[in-house]
Amino acid sequence: MTLRSSKSKMKLDPQRKLITELSVEEAAAQSEALSLSEQSGYLAMAWRRLRRDRTAMFGGVLVILIVLVAILAPTLSPHDPVEQFRDGLTSGGQPVPSTLFTDSDLNFPLGTDANGRDLLSRILYGARISLVVGVLANLLAVAIGTFVGSVAAYFGGWVETILMRFTDMMMAFPTLLLAMTLVAILKPSIWIIILVIGAVYWTWIARVIYGQVLALRDRDFVTATRALGAGRLFTLFHHILPQLLPTIIVWGTLGIATNVMLEASLSYLGIGVQPPTPSWGGMIHQGQSFYRAAPWLVIFPGLAIMLTVFAFNLFGDGLRDALDPSQRGRG
Amino acid sequence: MITLLTRRLLQAIPVLLGISIITFFLIYYLPADPARLYAGPSATVETVDRIRHELGLDLPFWEQYLRYMQRVLSGDLGFSYRKQIPVTDLLLSRIPYTLALIFGGIFVELLIGLPVGLASAVARGQWMDRVGMFIALVGVSAPPFWLGLLLLYWFGYLIPIFPLGGAGSLAHLVLPSVTAGLGGAAWYARMMRSSTLDILSADYIRTARAKGLRSILVILRHVLPNALNPIITMAGLDIPWFIGGIVLVERVFNWPGVGRLAVEAIETVDVPLILGTVIFTALVVVVSGILIDLAQGYADPRIRQGRQS
Repeated sequence: MTLRSSKSKMKLDPQRKLITELSVEEAAAQSEALSLSEQSGYLAMAWRRLRRDRTAMFGGVLVILIVLVAILAPTLSPHDPVEQFRDGLTSGGQPVPSTLFTDSDLNFPLGTDANGRDLLSRILYGARISLVVGVLANLLAVAIGTFVGSVAAYFGGWVETILMRFTDMMMAFPTLLLAMTLVAILKPSIWIIILVIGAVYWTWIARVIYGQVLALRDRDFVTATRALGAGRLFTLFHHILPQLLPTIIVWGTLGIATNVMLEASLSYLGIGVQPPTPSWGGMIHQGQSFYRAAPWLVIFPGLAIMLTVFAFNLFGDGLRDALDPSQRGRG
Repeated sequence: MITLLTRRLLQAIPVLLGISIITFFLIYYLPADPARLYAGPSATVETVDRIRHELGLDLPFWEQYLRYMQRVLSGDLGFSYRKQIPVTDLLLSRIPYTLALIFGGIFVELLIGLPVGLASAVARGQWMDRVGMFIALVGVSAPPFWLGLLLLYWFGYLIPIFPLGGAGSLAHLVLPSVTAGLGGAAWYARMMRSSTLDILSADYIRTARAKGLRSILVILRHVLPNALNPIITMAGLDIPWFIGGIVLVERVFNWPGVGRLAVEAIETVDVPLILGTVIFTALVVVVSGILIDLAQGYADPRIRQGRQS
């Protein structure tokens, strides 16, 4: 604490000089013009870097494809994902394997599940649950995390102590166990799962944002804004938070990967989105008792989870390299 | 070192208290009625009321919490509603299995992750680096429960080398440990690579090379110890996720550990058992955090001194 305040005192002096040398309006106009040109140039440069990064672009294309699959699931699916076919089970009551390379008239490209439902259709529809939960839960987590982290760092004092101690405590909770307890108490539904994942994942984003605001809050442009009479909240939301946009974008992408995985884990434990709604984790949950006789019931939904998480990881990594060139050297 | 340890131990107390209050609070507002579950479906309303009174479930939130904590401090975690066994006994019988799995998993994480990351950094940009990092990214993206089921199918069923779940021998531990560790191994490989790359460009490495030290010696003596420091910090962030992963792995392999106990407790609304398992896992997380801080202080004298002053 003492270290931080002495640092800010040291920085005050050159600050005053700057403001008295230029007139107040001049200073404001200059800083605004500077930040505007810097911003557009910065985004254009980031976009150029991103386009040159072939792995990141590959990840981006995968993300777009998965989103398209989720949207077009009704058109792409050969069958209704919850319809139980009479010929969807063998005469012994077992799931039917892929009919792609057989002569039969049946059309189950990835086979059927234990209830005689078409696996491909269920996987295509499952993309909807994964993406909706992944994206919305992450929006929530980023919103909470950004708010808590930036307010704690910018206001300091007891606000900082309370918020960050609380964040630390939430981080000591084993994430999955906390989510499980919450979902079990609140009864699983897609909205509850979105809320719960958002409510357990925000701590990471809060930590990152906290560190960044701490580094920004004593910078010249913040002092200048405050000197011009801007309120603290106004300064935080209009001048500091825009600077954090790259971080927010990167976590907004990488976090989706983590949240898709969390949703799949909850569903695998049987406390996610409830059947018959197809979700990838839930399909593995149902398929695991047949994994010896019908391994495809486990393999294909798992591949779908992996591909989705992989795509968002790849694209998020690329975004980080493009938006934060200081990390570039590591790539 | 002692000061650091005492400080971290003191800091752990409010964290654990907070976690116990939050868990207690969540369960207090549980829509399911623990007294009804305890009494069984055929019990009369009077019996349920009597049980509710006996268990103290009709008391206000704070009184219930204080009574519970009083007992916890004397080592009594209460009786499991379902199993009618003291929660402490249940936990104690499961803890060795979970600890074995945790150590097995960490062993796999470090054994695979660190060498791959180091090799990738040294061979930066070459095909080995690219292939290694691609596999690591795929590994990070694969759900652990899915990997576990695949391993069971291949190495338990198709090629029956390992048992199909359960516990009892060292052979039982192999597949669960690999499952618990693979995701983390991929993660550590990525971290180790970037941490090593930072060190490789440092002046003292150039000096070591310039004075003619053999390449392998530079890496083992100068690069490796320094690259490990940030990895120790990263390990602290990884622990809560790793423990969460253990819950999934125990489910896949029917491993009789605390994680499976927790899932059962949550499914059957066994309140004392939920509290016991959550508090135990939080304790594991907090203790691991302290151990990691100590390791960090041991590895990096700058941290040790900085925190003491």
